[in-house]
Amino acid sequence: MLGSIVGVLFDGLAYGMLLFLLSVGLSVTLGMMNFVNLAHCSFAMVGGYAAVWLTGRAGWPFLAALPAAFIAGAGVSLVLERMLYRRLYRASDLDQCLFTIGIAFMSVAAAAYFFGTVQQSIDTPRWLEGTVAAFGMRFSAYRLFLIVASLAVAALLVWALERTRFGARVRAAVDNQRMARGLGIDVDRAFMITFALGGGLAGLGGALAVAMIGLDPGFAFTYLVYVLIVVAVGGLGSIGGSLAAAALLGISDMAGKYYFPWLGAFLIYLVMVGLLMWRPAGLFGKR
Amino acid sequence: MKKLAVALTVAALYAGQAAAQTVKIGIILPYTGQFADGAKQMDDAIKLYVQQHGESVAGKKLEFVRKDTGGIAPAVAKRLAQELVVREQVDILAGFLLTPNAMAAGDVSAEAKKFMVVMNAATSIITTKSPYMARTSLTTPQLNESLGAWAVKKGGLHKVYTMVSDYGPGHDAEQAFQNGFKSAGGEVIGSVRFPPNNPDFAAFVQRAKDQNPEGIFVFVPGGAQPAALGKALAERGIDARKTKVMGQLELASEEARKAMGDTALGIITSAHYDDNLDSARNREFVKAYNGLAGRNPNFFAVGGYDGMHLIYEALKKTGGKTDGQALVDAAKGMKWESPRGPIAIDPETRDIVQTVYIQRVEKVGGELKNVVVDKVENVKDPVKARMKK
Amino acid sequence: MASASAFFAGQVRWHAAEVAFWLATLLPFVAAPSYLSLASQIAITALFALSLDLILGYGGLVSLGHAAYFGVGAYTAGLLSKHWLGEPLTGLAISALVAGVVGYLSSHVIVRFRHLALIMLTLGFGLLLFEAANSTSAITGGADGLQGVEISPLLGFKFDLYGRTAYAYSLAVLFLCFLACRRVIHSPLGLALRGIRENAQRMPAIGASSRAHLRKAYTIAAVMAGIAGALLTQTTSTVSLETLSFGRSADVLVILILGGAGRLYGGILGAILYMVARDQFSGVNPQYWYFWIGLLLVAVVMFLPNGVLGGASALYKKRQ
Repeated sequence: MLGSIVGVLFDGLAYGMLLFLLSVGLSVTLGMMNFVNLAHCSFAMVGGYAAVWLTGRAGWPFLAALPAAFIAGAGVSLVLERMLYRRLYRASDLDQCLFTIGIAFMSVAAAAYFFGTVQQSIDTPRWLEGTVAAFGMRFSAYRLFLIVASLAVAALLVWALERTRFGARVRAAVDNQRMARGLGIDVDRAFMITFALGGGLAGLGGALAVAMIGLDPGFAFTYLVYVLIVVAVGGLGSIGGSLAAAALLGISDMAGKYYFPWLGAFLIYLVMVGLLMWRPAGLFGKR
Repeated sequence: MKKLAVALTVAALYAGQAAAQTVKIGIILPYTGQFADGAKQMDDAIKLYVQQHGESVAGKKLEFVRKDTGGIAPAVAKRLAQELVVREQVDILAGFLLTPNAMAAGDVSAEAKKFMVVMNAATSIITTKSPYMARTSLTTPQLNESLGAWAVKKGGLHKVYTMVSDYGPGHDAEQAFQNGFKSAGGEVIGSVRFPPNNPDFAAFVQRAKDQNPEGIFVFVPGGAQPAALGKALAERGIDARKTKVMGQLELASEEARKAMGDTALGIITSAHYDDNLDSARNREFVKAYNGLAGRNPNFFAVGGYDGMHLIYEALKKTGGKTDGQALVDAAKGMKWESPRGPIAIDPETRDIVQTVYIQRVEKVGGELKNVVVDKVENVKDPVKARMKK
Repeated sequence: MASASAFFAGQVRWHAAEVAFWLATLLPFVAAPSYLSLASQIAITALFALSLDLILGYGGLVSLGHAAYFGVGAYTAGLLSKHWLGEPLTGLAISALVAGVVGYLSSHVIVRFRHLALIMLTLGFGLLLFEAANSTSAITGGADGLQGVEISPLLGFKFDLYGRTAYAYSLAVLFLCFLACRRVIHSPLGLALRGIRENAQRMPAIGASSRAHLRKAYTIAAVMAGIAGALLTQTTSTVSLETLSFGRSADVLVILILGGAGRLYGGILGAILYMVARDQFSGVNPQYWYFWIGLLLVAVVMFLPNGVLGGASALYKKRQ
């Protein structure tokens, strides 16, 4: 009995951390830059395909493919930001929605064209397959890895944005553009870097997701709803909020499915609706 | 036989004057969206058949019009079928991966009296929607009821747990397997249904494990889910070689086996086709398909390939005459050797009669393959067989 | 009759371009008789987009779950025809009523929220309804769709393969709903809505009365979405979960923004553009047409901000 509770908590936490990795980039761009990027999962898809291609075709080890996926996501978003996105920072929310959905549509077709419609899989190293024994129970090695990786990402992000000079500049630039410009901060550059960071985080999330939930051209839309849920429940722009929301959603979803399977499909939405009615700005949101 | 003779005479009379004309075939498939890969598999097989057998049949040139439904969208499928009939003036409707779409287009086939070939959609009742419809794929009960009976009689299982996706096809599969299993004397000790778009199966697998069953029956849609489920089974310590894991063929598809790795070993599936089936006919098909598509064919492909065969042979029989009644009459009772083995179109239900293979994932020459361990021949759709009684 | 003539008399003056537009909607009957099924589904989508415009374009409530009311209308019409009566006009009226009741009840919760919370709550309600319809498959037919929908002829006209009856019916209903919308927009309610939209930040200061206005608009929009859903059921005799799906909610949002939110003709124009483009692109290239439609959306945002109508009118003003 106790064993199954721990098991459900662990599995739920790992699932939540997967959602966190996929959504933290959006929390950065939407929360800090106030840009509605519905093509966020397309950047995750870029990272996913990069990782699959590098490990499968180019023979890279899995761990080396992860930073490469981050770079691929960041690189693609950087190019798009310079060419297109930056012209829309002042556009209305609705135009941003339409534009980014257009980008997502194009990414779906492009992925189908270049990689085919087939479901992709990724080769993970031996030590990430199977289970690890601890406290008399067995835990999935990959899930454990996911949890560690996302906590590391969260810590790194919080440190970079809140403890470094660079982070202070970025926050100043996105909080109050005019004031930041007056202080001699290059706002344009700060936006560019923030956006690339969001894209890179998405790419990393996409690469880590493949082994658990697969990858096909539909990825750009399949997980968009979950990602939006995490960001909204966590509160805009709050890394800690996203982490807490993802953990809460993952665990409640898993526990709900285990104890009340007939509620399975409803749970994640019920939790979201309940939380947002209680705290419309999200768990850690300011607005 | 008499009908056939008449049809042949009539056809022969018409053959001369119709020679210069074309036969138009409208193909409706979900080329985009969640089911795009199945559509691609099938479409490549259709192209392969045309490549191998020429673009004209019975003196008529074939012309294809392809339409995308973008996923489950019966209202769109119906409109596309209508447009194909009234605007493109197609003679035959074909394709149909998804049940709701096939049902909706069935209305158009019935009203416009057009021959319609369902090349995948697997719910039993589809073929009752139009008297001009035939199916060259499978029905969900056909595969799963056979598997249920086999699990008791040959598999030696008495207590199983079932877990299926909570939607139409999942319910059909659950019911069919339980029917087969119980009527052979087995006991279902528990069951669970999970949401159709479920990304993580750990919780459900844990529930199944709590019951300590001898075997677990699973139904999940294709795509990413079989692998996710297989991994969850392995992580919870369920070894398919000890606790038997059974399901419909998607569970051990090529992509799923690749993603699961060695945890796939021992999974038992019921299938009407697998690229590893050992026959000269199949080896030749797999080779040709690889030449065109650059990958192995799966059951979507064979449904499309046999569907084209049915269309070609029916047209030959009618001498190129395209009226729905003539074509469906020609299709009824047709038998041929498919890459999957001997198959036939049941003259009463216009549904497929075929061999159901029971296969197990094993390592063959370092690769994970489905190996046939048993087969049940001449299986009809059990639901329609019961409806008749 | 008196009330009908008062209804028409109460309309604000018609622009010549508007008259020309509505006359042009009759053209498909003679110019493209094999495109009438498509035209009918465009009219239905246009009605759905028009209904979203009432709350989004005029009320400023962004919804990602508007398909809920479309689906309620669609399933009501389907279930009515299956179990009780297949007469379309009565079915349409009852479906509108049911969708309206659901809309009225949910509006009490919806109008309390703004921003991302509003979007996510509408999304959540929509998805919950979708899952509910999937899990009550004994009633709704679940993922296989509702079977046994049979619609009687409309005033003696059968729903034919060419879609003549379907288009005539959808177009007539769209026009009547458009007239109603046009009146609402120019009524005190419409003015109040625009005031609320412009001053969204000062919402709390304005207080409860603005919520009452929004509730009214929301209910009207739900009625119209329900009518659109019922029309789709009746003209195709199919109902499936797709009518309740997130995809349908997102599509209609795209269509409205594409055409131009906050403008009476925005949704209608968006529906025509999007669906014709989709039909043409996917006809030419069934596998990769998403690329071209995506490019279309990107291009519209780049060159015609605020949708085709908004962008065009800005260009027009600039030139003058």
